[in-house]
Amino acid sequence: MGNLFKIALRNLRRYKRRSALTVSLIGVGVTFVLVFVSVSGSFKELMISDITDSYLGDMQIHRRGYVAAIESLPLNLNLTSQEASRVAAVLQSTPEVSAFSERIKFGALFSNFAETTNIRVNGVYPEKEFGVCPQMVSRIVQGEKSLAALQRGKILVPELLARGFNTKVGDTVVVVATNKDGSVNGKTLLVSGILASVTGPGGRDAYIHLEDAMEILRMPAKEVSEIAVGVKALGQVERAAESIRAQLGPQAETQQKPGFEVHTWSQLSPFANIARMIDVMTFFIKLMLIAIVLISILNVMIMAVYERVREIGTIAAIGTLPRRILSLFLVEGFCLGSVGAVFGVLVGLGVIFVLNLWKISFAFGQAQSLTLSPTIAPAEVVTACVMVIVISVLASVQPAYKASRMEPIDALRHV
Amino acid sequence: MGPSGSGKTTLLNLIGCLDKPTGGSLEVAGVDVSRLSRHEAAAFRGENIGFVFQSFNLIPVLTAFENIEYPLVMVQERPAGERRTRILELLDAVGMADQKNKLPEQLSGGQKQRVAIARALVTRPKLVLADEPTANLDHETAYTIIKLMRKIKDELNTAFIFSTHDTRIIGEVEVVCTLEDGRLAGCEETHG
Repeated sequence: MGNLFKIALRNLRRYKRRSALTVSLIGVGVTFVLVFVSVSGSFKELMISDITDSYLGDMQIHRRGYVAAIESLPLNLNLTSQEASRVAAVLQSTPEVSAFSERIKFGALFSNFAETTNIRVNGVYPEKEFGVCPQMVSRIVQGEKSLAALQRGKILVPELLARGFNTKVGDTVVVVATNKDGSVNGKTLLVSGILASVTGPGGRDAYIHLEDAMEILRMPAKEVSEIAVGVKALGQVERAAESIRAQLGPQAETQQKPGFEVHTWSQLSPFANIARMIDVMTFFIKLMLIAIVLISILNVMIMAVYERVREIGTIAAIGTLPRRILSLFLVEGFCLGSVGAVFGVLVGLGVIFVLNLWKISFAFGQAQSLTLSPTIAPAEVVTACVMVIVISVLASVQPAYKASRMEPIDALRHV
Repeated sequence: MGPSGSGKTTLLNLIGCLDKPTGGSLEVAGVDVSRLSRHEAAAFRGENIGFVFQSFNLIPVLTAFENIEYPLVMVQERPAGERRTRILELLDAVGMADQKNKLPEQLSGGQKQRVAIARALVTRPKLVLADEPTANLDHETAYTIIKLMRKIKDELNTAFIFSTHDTRIIGEVEVVCTLEDGRLAGCEETHG
């Protein structure tokens, strides 16, 4: 086999310019795929973590039917204290879960005593909320960047609202809401911070302490609209969600057991569609790579067979078996693909390294100066290489077969 | 021997299992080669027959040593040690030991044909077929090549069958067969 490789490499070196051009073409294709995968992957991760770590959490648990009616923030679909405790027990026993935060979500009127507008408010326990959404702190653009910003009696106001109402840290505002029985109540709160907006629904909500929310809504006992859950790694979200669904039991609501619904970030955020679009684009980029490799190798191998007809006749005449001739040309295709893949990987990793040094920043939605840090998983590199090599060998099959089927007497007469 | 079109090449192709007779049977080295499949014919050639071509047909990317080695690697799959011993012996026999690392393009016509003869002999065939092996060589070189074939035939006890137009080298062969219009006109033993 080693000798076959030696002869194949010699044959490729015979047409230096053509082989170099093919290797370069494959290399450029591999480089492009690796850079695209790493940059788009980095962009996706950045966006997902911007959404999940800022306000959404990696998944959310609600009473069944809540998400379908989420626009109206229905208070009659809240989980009771016992139900929330049951969910909390399940979450604590799920190893993938790193933190969870109970939220009361409600629609309210926001007034600075001069103007009034609608607002969506989240009542949360700050230590739990900051555990699930660690980027909450960095979203506080003005005011105290700590748990103290959400102590009782304080409110974090979304940036756009603060700008429109000219609200500043230290101002006093009133939040008025209707509870599920229809009675209206209000509470005066101190603005402890201004919260930067983030992409997606929920990225422009106000935050208060959960007990303040209970007070405004006149809840005699704790109720929870949703439980936001953080997992240890983004890749574990689906597995954790499955495990939690299984532990929470059947989805059907009964007298004794309410139906819960567990949604992952991708089911809740419209960015999931963009992420899917990026995946589709990556797939098409890989298809383009396959086309480049297929056409390049096929072209080179057809030319190689055409130019070496007499030589094929000679090696067949001296007794080389057809399968050895087939192997020889397949190995040539394999070598071209392998060298191209290695070349592409080296250049691709180099480009990714340079991009990391360069620190490309961009704005997305309300988020400013997001910095890309492209990385590539070893599995992606291996997949690209294997794909290129397999396609190279497949592209060589037809010319190699043709060479192996040549009649030596005809091949020797070829001029 | 025979004029152009008399069937010299066709006969060699038939004996060498490169072509199949349309009728009758053909036995080479005790085997009816007219019934061999494509694969069996290739295997038979690899074991029993060596070829020397008019235009040498050396593989341009391989050195003289590697060209001779080629059938041992690709056809007989011999171990490296055995390959080396056989090749060095043959290089010595054809007087090319000092040229073994040269590529075909660096060799003269006569040297190329010496390498081609060594390549034909390296598998230790029972028979070497040479179709006009001296056609592309000047007379002096042609004569040397024929003498070399004769010498190797005596040393290695391998039969050589070659076709030629060149009457000047007839003196070096043992039997001359003449073909006319595809038929054997006669065979004659010479004093060679």
